[in-house]
Amino acid sequence: MALLLPYFLKEASSMAPDLDRLMWFEIGISVFFTALIFVLLFYFAIKYRRRSEDEIPPQIDGSLPFEIGWTVIPAIIMAVMFVWGVELFIRNARPPGDAVHVYVVGKQWMWKLQHPEGPREINTLHIPVGEPIELIMTSEDVIHDFSVPAFRVKMDVLPDRYTTLWFKATKTGEFHLYCDQYCGTLHSKMRGFVDVMSRDAYAQWLSGGMHHTESMAASGAKLYEQYGCITCHGTGKAPPFVGLYGSSVRLEGGQTVTADDAYIRQSILDPSSQIVLGYKPIMPTFQGQISEDQILEVIAYIKSLAGTPGAQGALPAPAKETK
Amino acid sequence: MGTASATLQPQVGEDRIHYLNTSYGIKSWLLTTDHKRIAWLYLITTSFFFVVGGVSAAMMRLNLISPQGALVEPDTYNKLFTIHGLVMIFFFLAPAVPTVLGNFLIPLMIGARDVAFPRLNLLSWYIFVGAGALLLYSVAAGGVDTGWTFYTPLSTTYLNSHVVSAALAVFISGFSSILTGLNFIVTIHKMRAPGLTWFRLPLFIWAMYASSIIFVLAMPVIAITMVLLVLERLFHVGIFDPALGGDPILFEHLFWFFGHPEVYILILPSMGVISELVAAFSRRRVFGYAFVAFSSFSIAIISFLVWGHHMFVSGESLYSGIFFSAMSMLVAVPSAVKVFNWTATLYKGSVSYQAPMLYALGFIGLFTIGGLTGIFLATLALDQTLHDTYFVIAHFHYVMVGGAIMGYTGGLHYWWPKMTGRMYSDYWARLAALIIFVGFNLTFGPQFILGFLGMPRRYATYPPNFQILNVMSSAGASILAIGYLLPLIYLTYSLKYGPAAGPNPWKAKGLEWETPSPPPTHNFEHTPIVTEEAYAYGSGNTGAVTPSAS
Repeated sequence: MALLLPYFLKEASSMAPDLDRLMWFEIGISVFFTALIFVLLFYFAIKYRRRSEDEIPPQIDGSLPFEIGWTVIPAIIMAVMFVWGVELFIRNARPPGDAVHVYVVGKQWMWKLQHPEGPREINTLHIPVGEPIELIMTSEDVIHDFSVPAFRVKMDVLPDRYTTLWFKATKTGEFHLYCDQYCGTLHSKMRGFVDVMSRDAYAQWLSGGMHHTESMAASGAKLYEQYGCITCHGTGKAPPFVGLYGSSVRLEGGQTVTADDAYIRQSILDPSSQIVLGYKPIMPTFQGQISEDQILEVIAYIKSLAGTPGAQGALPAPAKETK
Repeated sequence: MGTASATLQPQVGEDRIHYLNTSYGIKSWLLTTDHKRIAWLYLITTSFFFVVGGVSAAMMRLNLISPQGALVEPDTYNKLFTIHGLVMIFFFLAPAVPTVLGNFLIPLMIGARDVAFPRLNLLSWYIFVGAGALLLYSVAAGGVDTGWTFYTPLSTTYLNSHVVSAALAVFISGFSSILTGLNFIVTIHKMRAPGLTWFRLPLFIWAMYASSIIFVLAMPVIAITMVLLVLERLFHVGIFDPALGGDPILFEHLFWFFGHPEVYILILPSMGVISELVAAFSRRRVFGYAFVAFSSFSIAIISFLVWGHHMFVSGESLYSGIFFSAMSMLVAVPSAVKVFNWTATLYKGSVSYQAPMLYALGFIGLFTIGGLTGIFLATLALDQTLHDTYFVIAHFHYVMVGGAIMGYTGGLHYWWPKMTGRMYSDYWARLAALIIFVGFNLTFGPQFILGFLGMPRRYATYPPNFQILNVMSSAGASILAIGYLLPLIYLTYSLKYGPAAGPNPWKAKGLEWETPSPPPTHNFEHTPIVTEEAYAYGSGNTGAVTPSAS
């Protein structure tokens, strides 16, 4: 076992130790049953080896107690693993409300990463240690998968929808980041690092002059004018953006939806699919005219106007914006 | 059947007409409707595909010796793993046991003259060959790099390789499997010998029956999925690609609704083989016969309700994840029941370690590891770590190679004397079994650790820290290759030079051993009447002819 230990990964996130405990439990169970079967096979095969060519051993048909035993015992052990696995999965599924959002766009074959404060990165993600980070991810082309083994997390990154992934790094250092979903020619080159920095170093990095430091929301505000959104959304012809993010929106036909990232994205690309009650379906589609990165900036802008925190039923929770 | 004295050596059958010498010439083989000859046609074609799949795997392992890729460009590597997957799954693993051993043995084991639809049986082979030819065309024309999973929109919109012909090859091969499954179901229902009730059937028949049901139910799903894929790729009908208004997750659902029952198609027949081997080489009725039989059915049924465990990290809802995790755990129970029953069959048995039994013991051990590691992947929280890593590769190769192929090879060794009338060298066969076992563990054992470390699957290049384990794995693969080449040599050699086997060289129970080796064209001189249960070693009616010492 000691020989194997260097081969196990660093536990570099808040969920890693819990997951590893379950992993070791299952490894222990597996080793026990594998050893049991191997020992029994060897023992029986040697003890009851054939002694003469025409030997006919006593015939045993079976045993109900044994059958029940080796049905029920594995079932109980697996029920434990199941419940344990579900409990951890549910606990890890929801990001804490104060998670810092980072936006991820996957494309063949690179990771484009953007911080709300503005810095954009390719294939290397800088994050502060000890802070929950929530990734909001989408793909420009095929299905990718964002995986950081040292954090024990991964999630597929899909075209045309947002998936999320969160973690809280507990150790500083560089950790491998992989694309885990086969995505074409250079799939194996679609990898990079997550650079976990101390809070001070991160703050310094953020304010370092090497990036354009305009925040995502500010970029989104520019797009708001550039694409002419302002002509309707700023004049009352279309729903205003102030207080929109995270609120409940009533649609034509009586449905109510939460104005989350996916809702805003869909409203930009396919406006006629969700007409807000009381407004005319006059918005043109922006499909093919606006990039995934720009959509995320517009969303960041709308988020920054959320104003009233604690909007009803918001999922995911409204982001904590730039300090 | 009388008992021959030891001095009277059994003849291979030059003195009598049997299915091999009843007619000669290529036409008599290509137009045959004899299930035993069709089994040989399948044996030759599936073995050919095994070599194709094996060579592509060997090239992948060579490439992975170096982190930068030692042999080929990433595009070529992607084509190699695609061909490896497609060929091994659709053209070797799925057909191997059913179409070779199943075809040869189902009528013999149930005391029938042939399968229910002999001409349909031949048609299945021609469809299979046509599908295989189309796949080989895709390879020769430049290859295909979708991965065997064909995920969209990569396959429908983004790749420039021969996706359509490869997808159609899969589509066509499905019909071959459906027809074979249908044929077996009807044969087992309608053609059992008098007295052969369901609970007197050998467990191999139960396993074949269960997997035939999956064939018939799952194959249409992959066929229609491939059609949808081709429609989208050729005519831009928006089904899966969001840019066309489709949904890529829909493809994953359809694919895995077929895909997970499919993996039980691959393993269930081999489980049936193992039940036969364990009984024959322990001279014992399989412990808990009814439990083993029903466990095949539980597996077949539950296998249709676990597909979502391939999608825990695809954005599937939490509740779906919980359901599919539970079902995936559940399907492990009947597999565990089988392993325990096989092991218990040895207890107080008369265990001999001839080559087929070594393969069977290898199966039980390796399948145990393959099954247990599957539980990691069924555990919701752990799948989030292990999904799409080498852990998955290692897990399913323990099940597919350590399980399915071990079972197939063991079965081939067990029934080879029946198929050919001749014995092979037991020494070389045992040596090969040992080499395969060692080579296999060295190849795939390190891949579990690579998976724990996070190495993603389908990587042509990788970070240098994974190199040592990859080199170990590649070294193991070369040993494994030797292990698989050996049977090719000594089995072929035995065809001409092997000593005569006699009707029942293992002194095993079962109708197939009560007819001469090789069997006559119509299998039995007289329709047998069954009066006892399967594996009735204690009944005293051994009814066997003394074999030659091999």
